[in-house]
Amino acid sequence: MILARIVGTVVATRKDARLVSNKLLVARPMDPHGKAEGNYLVAVDTVDAGVGETVLIVSGSSARMASGLKDCPVDAAIVGIIDHVEVAAGD
Amino acid sequence: MQLAKVIGDIVATRKDDNLSGITLLVLQPIAADGSATGRALVAVDAMGAGVGETVFFVRGKEASFPFHPTEVPTDAGVVGIVDHWDLG
Repeated sequence: MILARIVGTVVATRKDARLVSNKLLVARPMDPHGKAEGNYLVAVDTVDAGVGETVLIVSGSSARMASGLKDCPVDAAIVGIIDHVEVAAGD
Repeated sequence: MQLAKVIGDIVATRKDDNLSGITLLVLQPIAADGSATGRALVAVDAMGAGVGETVFFVRGKEASFPFHPTEVPTDAGVVGIVDHWDLG
């Protein structure tokens, strides 16, 4: 799983029927220290996250195990809102 | 599976129901010489590992298998704590 910051929302009128009523957000992956890294991605939100929040994103087929996403065509799901990341000194 | 060092942990109050009660660790994958390689990631912990320990972890849907039959939404999970490793 990766840490990411929510930077926007996605509106798509025409989409797969199994994505209807799912909230799509634009996320920017970041390292444990909060530095942005890698490419932006679109993820389905299952925990009511919002822009500016730090979240936990699960990728690949595991994303379908998130609540309410069984058999949905997704490869990234937001499964947690991060309160705090504790990183050992020096790492 | 890959070797990694546990470098931190995560607090998330609001999360998927199937993640509740499960420890989330920050892992830094390491090379055979112990140096950091690749991006840090977050993994569920099935072994009781702690910060500073060397572990091995599995990627993909298999990461949820230790919690069967609960379908934990994770793509990375610690499945072993390394005592030591030797290179031939």
